[in-house]
Amino acid sequence: MPAIGQSIPRKEGRAKVTGQARYVDDLRLPGMLHGITVRSPSPRGVIRDIRYGAGIPWDAITIVTARDIPGANVVALILDDQPYLAAGRVNHAEEPVLLLAHADPILLEEARRSITIEIDPLPPVFTMDEALSGREIVWGADNVFKTYLVSRGDVDAALAAADTIVEGEYDTGAQEQLYIEPNGMLAVARVGGDVDGVTVWGSMQCPYYIHKALAALFNLPGEKIRVVQMETGGGFGGKEEYPSILAGHAALLAWKSERPVKMVYDRAEDMVATTKRHPSRTRHRTGVTKDGRLVAMDIDFTIDGGAYCTLTPVVLSRGTIHAPGPYFCPNVRVRGRAVATNAPLHGAFRGFGAPQSLFALERHMDLVAAAAGLPADEFRRRNFIRSGQTSAVGQVMREPVDMAGLLDRALTLSDYHARRARFEAANPRSTLKKGIGFAAFMHGAGFTGSGEDRLASIVTVEATVDGRVRVLTACTEIGQGTNTIFAQIAADALGLDAGAVEVAQPDTAVVPDSGPTVASRTCMVVGKLVESAALELRATLDRKLGNVADFATACREYIERFGTLRASSQYRVEGGARWDDERYEGDAYGTYAWAVYVAEATIDTATFEVRLDDFVALQEVGKVINPVLAAGQIEGGVAQGIGWTLFEQVAWRQGRMVNAQMTNYIMPTSMDLPPIRVFFEEVPYAHGPGGAKGIGELPMDGAAPAIANAVSQAAGVNVTSIPITPEKLMALMERSGG
Amino acid sequence: MADAPISIRCRVNGTDLVLHGHPMTRLLDALRVELHLTGTKEGCGEGECGACSISLDGRLVNSCLVPLIQADGSDVITIEGVAQGERLHAVQEAFIAYGGAQCGICTPGMILAAVSLLERTANPNAHEVREALAGNLCRCTGYMRIFEAVLNSPELRRASEASRAAAPGGGPQAH
Repeated sequence: MPAIGQSIPRKEGRAKVTGQARYVDDLRLPGMLHGITVRSPSPRGVIRDIRYGAGIPWDAITIVTARDIPGANVVALILDDQPYLAAGRVNHAEEPVLLLAHADPILLEEARRSITIEIDPLPPVFTMDEALSGREIVWGADNVFKTYLVSRGDVDAALAAADTIVEGEYDTGAQEQLYIEPNGMLAVARVGGDVDGVTVWGSMQCPYYIHKALAALFNLPGEKIRVVQMETGGGFGGKEEYPSILAGHAALLAWKSERPVKMVYDRAEDMVATTKRHPSRTRHRTGVTKDGRLVAMDIDFTIDGGAYCTLTPVVLSRGTIHAPGPYFCPNVRVRGRAVATNAPLHGAFRGFGAPQSLFALERHMDLVAAAAGLPADEFRRRNFIRSGQTSAVGQVMREPVDMAGLLDRALTLSDYHARRARFEAANPRSTLKKGIGFAAFMHGAGFTGSGEDRLASIVTVEATVDGRVRVLTACTEIGQGTNTIFAQIAADALGLDAGAVEVAQPDTAVVPDSGPTVASRTCMVVGKLVESAALELRATLDRKLGNVADFATACREYIERFGTLRASSQYRVEGGARWDDERYEGDAYGTYAWAVYVAEATIDTATFEVRLDDFVALQEVGKVINPVLAAGQIEGGVAQGIGWTLFEQVAWRQGRMVNAQMTNYIMPTSMDLPPIRVFFEEVPYAHGPGGAKGIGELPMDGAAPAIANAVSQAAGVNVTSIPITPEKLMALMERSGG
Repeated sequence: MADAPISIRCRVNGTDLVLHGHPMTRLLDALRVELHLTGTKEGCGEGECGACSISLDGRLVNSCLVPLIQADGSDVITIEGVAQGERLHAVQEAFIAYGGAQCGICTPGMILAAVSLLERTANPNAHEVREALAGNLCRCTGYMRIFEAVLNSPELRRASEASRAAAPGGGPQAH
């Protein structure tokens, strides 16, 4: 029986349920010190003085400043604009200025509190409008990190000729990833001597990002840097780029103190200082004909990148490409813009810009449908993109696409039409207002555009004399099931039981660079390399030994005669896909996962709280490798989407998050979620392992618009902004006289 | 002096021992640092997330909020004490079978909370499960697989007890 398609239990499940799984904070080395960060109290200014308080044994504390950095004081990522430690100037509150290490964490905290960083203030910029006005330039020449323009057909002419034009403006707030394990790193660093180089163990998604960043920070060749992933307690993008900073900080302290140094953030520090989801504003002008055909989409998509570039251009790109959604329209213009403010960094977070632009789109499509005099579902049915049609960036949909089929099934599963009618009839006489809404959307799997081509990821599969197989990749298990699905994929390629396959702990001294664990690429892109490397290993055996029946016997014979038995596979673009970076057009993604989500909501008009009563999540993600793990991904993504939509509000004061606690930044508990009912359509994807596509980010995209559409029906108002807090909803309903 | 180090006696996972520290040392730290029982996790340090849940004299508590002095004379069970040797507790089996653990960081606390519920209510309904786990936050699963695991634990326990009774000699090898 093939392993793919079976709900094989999680490989590291036993270690996790018994408490034996080892996370970075569980590590302890002899002579180890603790490290902490001293941060800027001010959002923008020039450091005038740093004063060290009295009564602290400063001689016993290791202090690292920007001047101690042996290599380049920049976090190597896309642009070299972010320092590891502020030197002279600070650009956001909580920016790292100093690092301290000592064996006693309590003394360290006292030391941190005794330090005063005096800053001559400069005028800060906190909103996208202030940034765009250009009155105060806080980054580059114009406060703009990046712009994109998607242009197809003649939008202005089509708008002029349209029967109806519908305009809307939508905004979304910042969101904290809130992995339950905070960021943490343990470093050993010695330049020269017996331990020559830098090694870090930690919580991370992307070992090779850290590897590259440490090499630049210490000005060392790659072979002197080693990065090891420990069990990682959730990431969601929050451990994509930030761990490069923390790894650098821990390593700097280790290098200066010549002792192992562990840095683990407490919750408050993790929340105030690390990356969040980009706040966004999207404006739509949409032209439709009398019979409900989309003829023009004019979209302006702006995101707030915070003080430094980080991954903002890539987030903007995905958000821009997803902005027109799963529709066919001959005339589309999308202007994407990412601006700089003096907020702490906004960075990678599951969905990566797409949840923001898709929230706007799918809320807006309900209004366009109404303006065209059509039910929300019928309007979409007339405009869904189909196989053979071309997207706004010029990608021909070569794979089967059946959004209408997904929509019909999702509406049936949720009893949408009957309920919508029933709620509409009952709402006027009830203090509990009910609504049901849906969202139709897609998510591109893998890196955008030419990203995968550039990464050129490598995977290795090796076998031992007793026929045990080991998969070597840099893809991290962060809860999503990497270890298990890679074992299933390799097992099927080799004709083995999944139990015979082990997935190596990501360690840059051992595994090849198979790219970062991001962008819904692990299963589809890297999983495909696991499959092809395993097939190559099998083919090597067959070539050298002829057709052998028993795998273990063949492995033994091969290794005895020829030595090491291993095979590697490197990414190559599949199926003639092409992308033009200059013109920003072509095959934006290898393929897309498609989905329709339906939410049912009740508003209590005494408290204006929204309760969700039901949630249907139907998607086509190619072949499902492991149904239990896949459902877990969808449910978790939907829950995170529900949090973003209803509860999770970052409260800013002078560019600083003031509710940096789990007590007042509210994520969903077990009491807050409806039943999340998950369904799959399985349409095998020709270039995925066993037919699978990417899955991880898709579920983050659909909850917000589906819920906003349901709440809009229930309240009889137009919800354009999330989170939909009771305060916001009350104001909206009172304004409308509801 | 109020913060002079103290020694307390307690029983941890069935073993009587003495713990040393300042009276206000968090029990969480005493368990993790002194006893190397690192299965108990810190997620927030303020009693919100439940990652540090343990059983203290049969009650589920956040060990980040328990000062060492309060644990004097108590009976503590951590995640390391839930399985009996190699034989997993039915809740642990269920978490593996139903996908209740993803990243695993909330899992020890979540399992302690579920075990605590099942000790009070042998066959909880869905609402009781949701209520019992409301103090344990999970960011990965959306809780659905965890609910399923807990709801199916009693059945798993019965099945495992039946098979152990049927197996000659019973013992830890029987599943």
